[in-house]
Amino acid sequence: MAKLKIGDLKKIKEKVHAETALREGDRRAKITVHMGTCGIASGAREVMNALMQAIEEVNVTDVVVTTSGCMGLCSREPLVTVEIVGQEPIKYEYMDANKMRQVFKRHVLEGEIQNPFVLARGAEITK
Amino acid sequence: MIELSLHILDIAENATRAGARLIHISLNEDSRNDTLTMEIRDDGSGMSEAVLRKVLDPFYTTKKVRRFGLGLPMLSLAAEKAGGRFTIDSREGEGTRVTAEFKLSHLDRQPLGDIAGTMVTLITGNTGADFVYHHRHDDQEYILDTREIKKELEGVLISHVEVLKFIRNDIDAGLKEINAEA
Repeated sequence: MAKLKIGDLKKIKEKVHAETALREGDRRAKITVHMGTCGIASGAREVMNALMQAIEEVNVTDVVVTTSGCMGLCSREPLVTVEIVGQEPIKYEYMDANKMRQVFKRHVLEGEIQNPFVLARGAEITK
Repeated sequence: MIELSLHILDIAENATRAGARLIHISLNEDSRNDTLTMEIRDDGSGMSEAVLRKVLDPFYTTKKVRRFGLGLPMLSLAAEKAGGRFTIDSREGEGTRVTAEFKLSHLDRQPLGDIAGTMVTLITGNTGADFVYHHRHDDQEYILDTREIKKELEGVLISHVEVLKFIRNDIDAGLKEINAEA
């Protein structure tokens, strides 16, 4: 690694260890950004970038972010699925960076489903 | 796709879905020969000869949810219209190598774009796989290897927000240092 500063990684490691360790049951939510060719071409990576930035800003560690493939609804991409632990998954359609920030703040953090962007409620098929 | 880094994200996501554990992404900006070469190599399940012959057909896909597969045809087209070419080799059970060559100064060549965003997205979504990003610009090079990062982290998840921020900054700074221009 040309630039990698080992010291910086060590600092991150110590900081994370110092915070209360995350246990399996402590997860608040899982957010899946659909990352098929269709999603990528319509802006899923920017949605992902916005989500990461939003998470960084409030410094929450109990939200899991992942990606999945195309699920056949290419015309409604970018799609994002929000699964709050213990609740049915919500799929949001036509997402962009602003909508993602809104969904993260209002739905994931405050628990209020953002109905205008909802495509469907219910089970998720991943990968 | 408006950026080459989006093609990279797309092809590498394919690799992870083919069960790859290690994915090498390399870019070579060669200003003397005016070429930009991009290679994505994985150790996933690979493809048979018969499948390999069909991958550039936009109406061929292995997916059941839709009837077309545009990822590889779009990359192939992008390379050809920018004075380059596309090649793909694959062996069942061994992996796949996708190579796209572009004329570096060609007007129709897409910019590389947000490669740090691509790498961070890949790492977040596929914590079980490892990625090596190798960017060469004439005599200078930058390498990011998630295996090395994981070794240093000793149990802290690579998808931790602090680690991802570190990776993003490292790529941006690293590419600046080698004066990447693509």
